[in-house]
Order: sequence, then structure tokens, then C-alpha cells
Amino acid sequence: MNVEQLFLFLENNLILLYLLIFTVILGFEVISKVPSVLHTPLMSGANAISGVVIIGAILLIRNAAPTDYFSLSLGALGVVLGMINVVGGFAVTNRMLKMFSKKKK
Amino acid sequence: MLITAINLVYLIGATSFVIGLKQMSSPDTARKGNVLATFGMVIAILATLFIPITDAPNNYLWIFGAMILGGIIGYISAVKIEMTAMPQMVSVFNGLGGACAAVLASTELTQYANGATILNKGQLLILLITLLIGAIAFTGSMLAYAKLQGLVKDRHVTFPKHNIVNLILLGALLAMSVFVYLNMGDPTLWYIVLVLVLALLYGFSFVAPIGGADMPVVISLLNAFTGLSAAAAGLIYDNKIMLVGGILVGSAGIILTVLMCEAMNRSLLNVLIGGFGDNNHKAEDNGDKQLAKEITYTDLAIQLYYSETVLIVPGYGLAVAQAQKVVKRLDNLLSANGVDVKYAIHPVAGRMPGHMNVLLAEADIPYPKLLDMEDANEALPNTDMVLVIGANDVVNPAAYDDPASPVYGMPVINVWEAKNVVVMKRSMNPGYAGIQNQLFFHHKTKMLFGDAKSTLEQLNDEVKILDT
Repeated sequence: MNVEQLFLFLENNLILLYLLIFTVILGFEVISKVPSVLHTPLMSGANAISGVVIIGAILLIRNAAPTDYFSLSLGALGVVLGMINVVGGFAVTNRMLKMFSKKKK
Repeated sequence: MLITAINLVYLIGATSFVIGLKQMSSPDTARKGNVLATFGMVIAILATLFIPITDAPNNYLWIFGAMILGGIIGYISAVKIEMTAMPQMVSVFNGLGGACAAVLASTELTQYANGATILNKGQLLILLITLLIGAIAFTGSMLAYAKLQGLVKDRHVTFPKHNIVNLILLGALLAMSVFVYLNMGDPTLWYIVLVLVLALLYGFSFVAPIGGADMPVVISLLNAFTGLSAAAAGLIYDNKIMLVGGILVGSAGIILTVLMCEAMNRSLLNVLIGGFGDNNHKAEDNGDKQLAKEITYTDLAIQLYYSETVLIVPGYGLAVAQAQKVVKRLDNLLSANGVDVKYAIHPVAGRMPGHMNVLLAEADIPYPKLLDMEDANEALPNTDMVLVIGANDVVNPAAYDDPASPVYGMPVINVWEAKNVVVMKRSMNPGYAGIQNQLFFHHKTKMLFGDAKSTLEQLNDEVKILDT
């Protein structure tokens, strides 16, 4: 890829680039002031959010031909895995945090 | 019109992720934050189900079937799991997220290799990246789970010069990926399969030499990986919420990883090369047998009962033995006699930062009783009795005086500054990190051997006798 192509690519994806950089900074800023007590639930919550990849699996199935069993079954596998990540992740986080709030009262 | 509405829903979802994470970083709002993030995920998934796609077959039966199955499995495992096994559960969930990304990329790459779809250079590159990171996060997380669960011991999965093997594997993986990328005019399925296999192997091999004590750091790092693979997949499907959610988790995960390393006074590189638990770096065992003094239940009960201040230092041994509720009973008995009982929580006690706080919270131990490391170290000179329950590396004096020790320089709880120290431990075996601890031979220290739960129960019985 020569320099000209690179610049063209950057020009076409400028908004994406902004999104990328600002989200990275946002992630750093949001996390940088956390008491160590909350590290485990926070890691668990962030982990649940990374299950957002399930959206890709749903889109894969929706676009697959009804006879394309290869894509359908792999897509379904993806949905199952993503769903375990999302539901399990949020449920576990909630269980941990529930115990913190209980004894606050 | 509908598409715009659905894109707005995605925007609300992404905003919920950001605000949710922010709220999760403060004890007062943490629970609300988790609910908000869950809400964001629910609307994002709903939007994805109904976003209009021209001529899409939809195949809703497949989607709903898979969602129900995955949802049930996820929910049941989350509800059934013991609080003590939480770190490895997070690791499993994380691994499955990585697997999901790898499955997506594999499917798309297979379609491309079969000539069913055409990719441009950028798409191929992004798919390869998704495949690599997702697969590494998957096998890495699974090995981290197996190590924490005690299914695999460090020595089972490492060989001499492991770091060189890792470098070769990584080199082969990258070379193969570049090869597939450069040969994009002539896609061959087997090359792609080889990339996948190499990535799976590398994920496993990358975690293998890392000592068990460093597992939390690794899980956090792999969590960041999964986020990045989700973000990369978001580029493929041109989906903003996958992109934002993924990058958010990626950068948050990396910061969290760095924070954990700082708590142990080590660099990330040092952790990844596998300093802890590595035999070459093990502190010198100078051979002369030192004797540790044991204490009887009755003596310990009397000492505790008539102390003014008692500081309990919990560690992973407490978690394994599920002894948090028994500790609470001991606390009640002593407090009823006017003893001031507090807990000293090292930032990395247990297998994950905050692990001990979660456990003690489960046993209804009030929040103000938990001291962090700095407060505990200030309080120690005025403490009559320190009870170390199943902790080892976080109370190791070698952190101050033995430059040869792997824990040298790590901040620890200076329990030896208290008037008396009793260490409850299963045996004299070195701790999880495999390091000898001079504290056990210190003149102030006495040992009480046994499983934390049964030992504490016997101790409780002795204290009850004094109470009557």
C-alpha cells in the first residue's frame, strides 16, 4: 500500500478514526479511578459487554441462505457462545454487586 | 426511517455501556451501572434482530433457538457457581466470547475461500485479526480457568525454554497470516485452517508459563483481547455498537491489567514472561531446616479472646476452604467480648483483586471492618494479634529484604510488626507462587496447620468454652 492509498483510506474513514481514538481514551478515563474492591466485578462487567460480539453472529444467521447449513450452524454456535458470555457475565456481576449493596444499609 | 430509528437505538445502547462502566467504578452506583449496561445489551440485541436487511432470509428459528439455549446455559452457570470460583467463571465466559468472534471470522473466511463471497484487502485483514485475537483469547482463557480450578498444574504445560517456543509459535502464526493475506487472489481453505490452529495453540502456549499467582492479570488481559476481537468483528459487519463496546472493553481491560500489575509492583512484560512460579527465579532455599513453632487451639483461643485488637489477613486458602462464614462467627464471638476485629485486605489477595472483599461481603462482614493495605500497615504496630488465614505471598517479608525473591519490591502487609502473629495454613508447602516464606520462622510467629474451615470451627468451639 503506498502513501497515496493510505491517505485516501484515512480520508474515507475519518469518522471511524475519531470514534476509535475517542473510545480508547474514554475507556482509559472511565476505568482509571476505581477502588481495588471493585476490580473483580468491574472485570466481570466489562467481560459481559465484550459479549456484544453476539450481534455479529445474529447478523451472520440473518444473512445466510436457509439451505446454507454450514453458516447457519456455525452462526448458531456463535449465538450460543455469545449468549452465555452476555447472560452469564451480567448475572455473575449482579450477584457480586448485590452482596456489596446488601450490607451498606 | 426504521433504519435511522434502529441506529439511534444502537447509539443509546453504546451510551449505556459507557455510563454503565462509569457507574460500575464506584461502590455506590455499581449495581445501577450493571443494570444499565445490561439494558444497553438487551436493546442492542433487539435492534439487531429487527434491523431491516434487504432480501435477508432472517432464519429467526435458528437465532431464537440458539439464544434460548445460550441464555439458559449462561444463567444457570452464573447462578450455580460458588462465589469462590468466581475468577475462573469470568475466565470461561470471556473465553466463550473470544470463541464467538473466532467462529464468526472462521465462517466468513470459509465462505471467502469457497468463492461464495468476495473480500477486499481491508476486510480480509480485519477478518484475520478477528480470528487471531478471538482464538488466542479462547484457548488462553480456558487454560487460565483450568489452572485456577486446579485441573492443570504449571509444570504440566510448560517445557524448558518455553518463551522461545512461544516466540517461534508467534512468528509462525504471524507469517502464516501474512501469507494468507498476500495470497488473497488464491484463497485456500487449508491455509486459513492452519492460521486458526496456530492461533489456538499460541493462546494455550502463551498462558502456559505464566504462574498461577499472576492469573488475574492474564484474565484481565484476555478480557481486553476479547473486546478487541469484538471491535474488529464490528468493522466487518459495519456495526457501531460492536465497535464501541469492543474498544471500550479493550482499553478498559488494558488499564485494569496495568492497575493490577502496579498493585504487585511488577511490569506487564515481567508477568508475561512468567517470573512467578518459575524455578530459575525461586528464592534460595539455603538448606538448613528451620523450625516453625506450632500453637494449640486452646492457647490461640485464649490469646484471641483477651486481645484488644485482632487483625485478620485472609488469602486464597480461606476462599478454597469456603471459610468466610466461619470467620464471621469467630468475629461475632470475639466482638461480643469487646475485641476489636478488623480485616486487612491486600489488593491482590486471593486470585483476583477484590476477591476477598466479595467473599467477606458474602458472609455479611460490614464494609468499615475491611482495611486496605496502607491503613492495615499503619494499624499493625498497635495490633495485639494477627491471624493470617490461608494467605502467604502477600505477607512475605522477602518483599523487603531478599532481592533474590520474585516478590521482592511487592507491597505487602507487614504483619510481623504486630505483637503476635498466627498463620493458619494447610501445610508448610510454599504458597501458590512457589516461594518460601520467612514469616513462618519469625520469632513472633506461630503456626496452626489444617484446612481453614475445620481449623476455624475448632477454634470457635474453644472460644465458646471461654465464653461460658
